[in-house]
Amino acid sequence: MTRKQRRLVLIGTGLGVLAVAAALMLNAFRDSIVFFNSPSDVTEKHVAPGTRIRLGGLVKDGSIVRSNDLRVRFAVTDGTTEIPVAYQGVLPDLFREGQGVIAEGTLDGTGMFDADTILAKHDETYMPKEVADALKKSGHWKDDYAQRAVLPVGGATK
Amino acid sequence: MIPELGHYALILALGLSLIQATMPIVGTRTNDPVLMNIAAPVAIAQFVFVAIAFGALAECYVASDFSVLNVFENSNSAMPLIYRLTSVWGNHEGSMMLWVSILAFFGALVAIFGTNLPVALKANALAVQAWIAAAFHLFILTTSNPFLRIPDAPFEGRDLNPILQDPGLAFHPPMLYLGYVGFSIAFSFAIAALLEGRIDAAWARWVRPWVLGAWMCLTLGIAGGSYWAYYELGWGGFWFWDPVENASLMPWLAGTALLHSAVVMEKRAALKVWTILLAILTFSLSLIGTFLVRSGVLTSVHAFAVDPRRGVFILAILVVFIGGALALYAWRAPLLKQGGLFAPISREGALVFNNLFLTSACATVFVGTLYPLALEALTGDKISVGPPFFNSTFGPLFIPLMLAMPFGPLLGWKRGDILSAAQRLLAAAMLSAVAIAAAFALEHGGPVLAPFGVGIAIFVMAGAVTDIAERTMILRVPFNAALRRAIGLPRSVWGTAFAHFGIGATLLGIVSVTAWGSEHIAAIKPGEIIDVSHYRLTFDGSLDRPGPNYRDVVGHFTVRRASGEVIGVMEPSRRTFPARNMATTEAALMTRGVSQLYVSLGDPDSNGAVPVRLFFKPNVLLIWGGAFIMFLGGGLSLSDRRLRIGAPRPAKAKTALAPAE
Repeated sequence: MTRKQRRLVLIGTGLGVLAVAAALMLNAFRDSIVFFNSPSDVTEKHVAPGTRIRLGGLVKDGSIVRSNDLRVRFAVTDGTTEIPVAYQGVLPDLFREGQGVIAEGTLDGTGMFDADTILAKHDETYMPKEVADALKKSGHWKDDYAQRAVLPVGGATK
Repeated sequence: MIPELGHYALILALGLSLIQATMPIVGTRTNDPVLMNIAAPVAIAQFVFVAIAFGALAECYVASDFSVLNVFENSNSAMPLIYRLTSVWGNHEGSMMLWVSILAFFGALVAIFGTNLPVALKANALAVQAWIAAAFHLFILTTSNPFLRIPDAPFEGRDLNPILQDPGLAFHPPMLYLGYVGFSIAFSFAIAALLEGRIDAAWARWVRPWVLGAWMCLTLGIAGGSYWAYYELGWGGFWFWDPVENASLMPWLAGTALLHSAVVMEKRAALKVWTILLAILTFSLSLIGTFLVRSGVLTSVHAFAVDPRRGVFILAILVVFIGGALALYAWRAPLLKQGGLFAPISREGALVFNNLFLTSACATVFVGTLYPLALEALTGDKISVGPPFFNSTFGPLFIPLMLAMPFGPLLGWKRGDILSAAQRLLAAAMLSAVAIAAAFALEHGGPVLAPFGVGIAIFVMAGAVTDIAERTMILRVPFNAALRRAIGLPRSVWGTAFAHFGIGATLLGIVSVTAWGSEHIAAIKPGEIIDVSHYRLTFDGSLDRPGPNYRDVVGHFTVRRASGEVIGVMEPSRRTFPARNMATTEAALMTRGVSQLYVSLGDPDSNGAVPVRLFFKPNVLLIWGGAFIMFLGGGLSLSDRRLRIGAPRPAKAKTALAPAE
């Protein structure tokens, strides 16, 4: 093989691998991306049941109902709209009423959000950025929610 | 007094770095040896002053000087000494101090040990190193000063974030930073070579030990972070494809590619232009990692504080350095001469294959990590890209890489014989087939593909052993002769074998845990029993136990085999820190061989039942054990004779680099 042919082989293989990588990515983007929605978004955009989303807002005061087998129900609100959430599993350390939360899962046909992952904050002064933005948008943001974002969205997956 | 001293030392370090950034370059332009030679002593002096600044900050923490804002916000006098010390880098300002300290440390090392480098190359490289240092000194002094005082000193500090109060944190950030920042040396040398427009095989030999050292630290740092997340966060996961994890994985992938392409450049003077590009990209990814983690664009355990000025400043550093380096590359790289020829099937070909797949895998991680940020900036849509994306892109790209890995070291330089390599790998392939069959026979449940994952892991490990067996001819010559050959082998050959074996072990651990790990979640009361895998755990009850700055509620579990024999107790706890009103989960681990039992507790509910998460993690320790073997491999390679002795020096190397070819 001449130098030119060898270079062609090299460049060809390189482009081939890149093409495969790009194809894999496009394919994965089609079905493994999860959109973040506030409760208002969910009603406005008419998110279809069965679509995997992240639902973020505040845990509504007095809405937590625990039952057997680590089943728990609560409502996520952004001040305007609220969505009931069902979850089974161990909740994160700082999951509390009136605090920011992100739930990942799907809506069932009845309007109940079936969460398989709950993310809550890991610090008393911190609120997940998405939740803070959503609250600001709906006009229910209070300055004392987050002076300083120190810590993270920690989570629990069942 | 002490904080002011540190502040002053840091300002002096900035001044020194500005001198180091300009004078040597002027020297190389005007061919003035005096100006070129000031680079080394100034680099050492800069390190001394940065070390004084870092030492001053550490002293403030150790002495619990709460008149310093940074100490007040992140420390507490009740914390044990070790955590008071590690809280130095458990916050934004302190971790940036650690970053520049390590940067200056590496600069000083080059200044001290780079005695056999051509003067101009050394001067340019140290100058580039100083540009980076100056940018970060300025960043600290203007936006993240750790030495700020509070007028009325509070009596007690706010405490370090509890989940960071852990021995793992004593070691994970410094190791990670040694890796990130270590790649700056390769970057500086690459820029220096581009400035001169000349590069040769000796360049690769000078740069290789630095890349290797950085790669070793990064490997251990990533593994340490992964193990910390595994036992401290209480979810039993070892890797979450979290953006900050990806931020450390990307430089690792690019650095691994660089490590391999530098071999080709050193041995065969080929792939020069590509190696330079990789050196630039690897450090650029380290900078991007720093940006992602420190700027607050991502919310995570690492995003200590959100101050828009900081994000903008780091972004500016990023744009200037990455943009500048790539522009210089585009302008100067065509000047570099092309290197030696090789056939597609050859050692070089195999290393190119490795580079292609590593960089493509790195690109998929890059896209998956940054796409949500880009999308939010452009459309306002908030999305998350989770594990499914990475599993279905990164995974398929790694499989060919793993399958090809054992072939690489068995192929000859220039032109290899793939059939003969395949023949020599026959034993490894058969072993792998046996492992696949055994996995199918012994394990039920789990994904159908999992046994093949085991097969690939065994093939990689057996392939590494085959390489050593072939080179020592262990079954063909008497044992003593083989032993002598083994001792006589270059250490870098052992290094390769260890590192490849290690990645196989890590893969085996990942496949086993993912496919056959079992998990049990329940709310239990004292006296109740849970079964997981072959073990039976009895919950005996909880008790309170005070600690220095926290209170533990400890659950007591007795672990029995299925036969009823008691093999030990496990004591997971819920740890409450009053200073921050926060609770953490302290998981209990019981190691059985390389597998582990894992128990973590939740908050008790109203009727006294405690939520318990119980895992059996088969072969889980191999994940980090494999990384440690890779680290050892790097160490063996680093101790290779040719790196210790160094390249033979061309006669005129005193003044300039020898022209390439």
